Amino acid sequence: MNKAIEISEVSKSYGYIHALDRVNFTVEQGELFGLIGPDGAGKSSLYRIIATLSAPDSGTATVNGMDVVRDYRKLRKRIGYMPEKFSLYQDMTVAENMAFFSSLFGVSAKENYDLIAPIFSQLEKFPDRMAGALSGGMKQKLALSCALIHRPEVLLLDEPTTGVDAVSRSEFWDMLATLREKGITILVSTSYMDEATRCERIAMINNGRILAVDTPSALINRLDENLYNAVATDMFGLLSRLRSNPDVIDCYTFGATLHVVGNDNFSAGQVEEALKKTGMEDVRIYHATGTIEDLFIKQIRDGK
Amino acid sequence: MSILQSLIKKEALHVFRDRRTMVITLLMPVLLLLLFGFAISTEVNNVNVVAVVDRHTDETREIIERFSVNPYITFKGVTDNSNADNLLRTGTTDAVVVLKTSNGRLSTQIIVDASNTTVAQASTAYIRGIISGSDMMSPVLTQTLYNPQLKSAYNFVPGIMGMIFILICAIMTSVSIVSEKENGTMDLLLVSPVRPGTVILVKLIPYFILSCTILAVMLIISYTVLELPLSSSIINVILLSIIYIILSLSIGLLVSTVVDTQLTALIVSAVVFMLPVIMLSGMIFPIDNMPVVLQWLSCIIPARWYTAAMRKLMIQQLEINYVLQEISILLSMTGLLLLFALKKFNTRK
Repeated sequence: MNKAIEISEVSKSYGYIHALDRVNFTVEQGELFGLIGPDGAGKSSLYRIIATLSAPDSGTATVNGMDVVRDYRKLRKRIGYMPEKFSLYQDMTVAENMAFFSSLFGVSAKENYDLIAPIFSQLEKFPDRMAGALSGGMKQKLALSCALIHRPEVLLLDEPTTGVDAVSRSEFWDMLATLREKGITILVSTSYMDEATRCERIAMINNGRILAVDTPSALINRLDENLYNAVATDMFGLLSRLRSNPDVIDCYTFGATLHVVGNDNFSAGQVEEALKKTGMEDVRIYHATGTIEDLFIKQIRDGK
Repeated sequence: MSILQSLIKKEALHVFRDRRTMVITLLMPVLLLLLFGFAISTEVNNVNVVAVVDRHTDETREIIERFSVNPYITFKGVTDNSNADNLLRTGTTDAVVVLKTSNGRLSTQIIVDASNTTVAQASTAYIRGIISGSDMMSPVLTQTLYNPQLKSAYNFVPGIMGMIFILICAIMTSVSIVSEKENGTMDLLLVSPVRPGTVILVKLIPYFILSCTILAVMLIISYTVLELPLSSSIINVILLSIIYIILSLSIGLLVSTVVDTQLTALIVSAVVFMLPVIMLSGMIFPIDNMPVVLQWLSCIIPARWYTAAMRKLMIQQLEINYVLQEISILLSMTGLLLLFALKKFNTRK
């Protein structure tokens, strides 16, 4: 059986900007695959290629064995694409948007209703509301319903949770899990590192390059053992002192604390003692569990 | 519902839901036509005239009589020499006619307020005509063909129509397509199984229908309120206008493939297409009076050919074979524009 998505050596430039630089990865059938990277990493460029909207400068991309450049007409019936902004007709109602997108794909909204029912049910209360008047979370649900209405084999979601509140975001990931159970392959991108753990496998992308591809837990295991939290009242003083310590590889703010990556000589206890002697009475350094974000920072650091 | 039907229905919803634009689109042509047809006229009417007469004779009495019955002149009466200057200064009168009789011979002088040259020239000509009418010279018969009353509406209607269609078709179409690009919905249309060509052509249909409605409204106003002569040539007028509408739609399409934001689309359509239409189409400034370079430039402006052909068909009421040149130029322009636009639209970036 063909891979759901197969990207090999794909490069794409816009003028001087190398949006994608020899990107390689594959997505298995029925997988929930995450594309994790900061804004401007090249995620949307990659999506446009997989969605047959633009052609790669070099390399090939296939979806279910069909080439995105050569077989684009066949492919368009099989993929569901949800662009970065919730692209809906703001001046049309919920019902009109649904009817329009289903007729665009030559299906009736009823025949695939079972697929979208869990998502669309919340929208059914106001079919005559203009799409432009919906909240962010509701727009997201409507956009997803519109992308699913023709029962695509592969669902491409480009930053679907951007601009949506935390509750809706969490709900959205639950919906994706349900869709995956129905056998739909999902490629989802996000710049929220914490969402990465909800995917089966993830590819980390930065500056147009893939940094790593694996399951989230395997990736976190690759992290250094020497990762510590550091807190003190004078956070900025702590940051500059830790950075000047020769045993510290990297130190960066992480939420309310600092994350410190030490080399093999680094000893949390000794450093803490030394800092207390210099006047930082309340400093505390203790072991931290790594996250995808730490891994991302490590990957970028190693890449330099 | 078929794909085509639902695409058209969606487009129609966009057009009708945007009430403000809709009202402006339908009112503007009517307003412009009436404005240019009535209010803004290049004819000079109601010239205020006073006379200064040093000695009343039968001859002067006869001239004053003619002044007071002339429809273009408002005769304000007879005044004395010292007051005439004051009347001109205050704007009470536009011109003063001084009639002097010495030794039984009448000599005349026209003093005219030339702060508005158009009024000054026209009123001098009127006054001269009225005075010379008293001489026993052989009269010159002027016959003005096609527009016997020299109505300025006749001059403006073709030009305004040339402008309106560019305005509605080019600007509205380009803005509507570009807004789909901006909102990202164009991407959704393109990833659907519908062919890109179909997507685009369907976007043009509502604006085509809207333009045809406007054409109908403008023709009705022209032939009723503005009293343009109605004849069988109206069929050719409609045919020509439809060609021009399609041409304007192609311009809008081309603009939308080149630009990426609604604002740029608006500015490009307005500056690149509207201004030349007003300046170079011969609508206001006659093409023959332009510098040669501008005359050449005017050749690539579709409105020039449309306006010229419309004058022949609407005002002169000529047969269609008198405008074959204009029609073939407009048709080839349309073909070229459509070809460019569709080609540009289909390429995948």
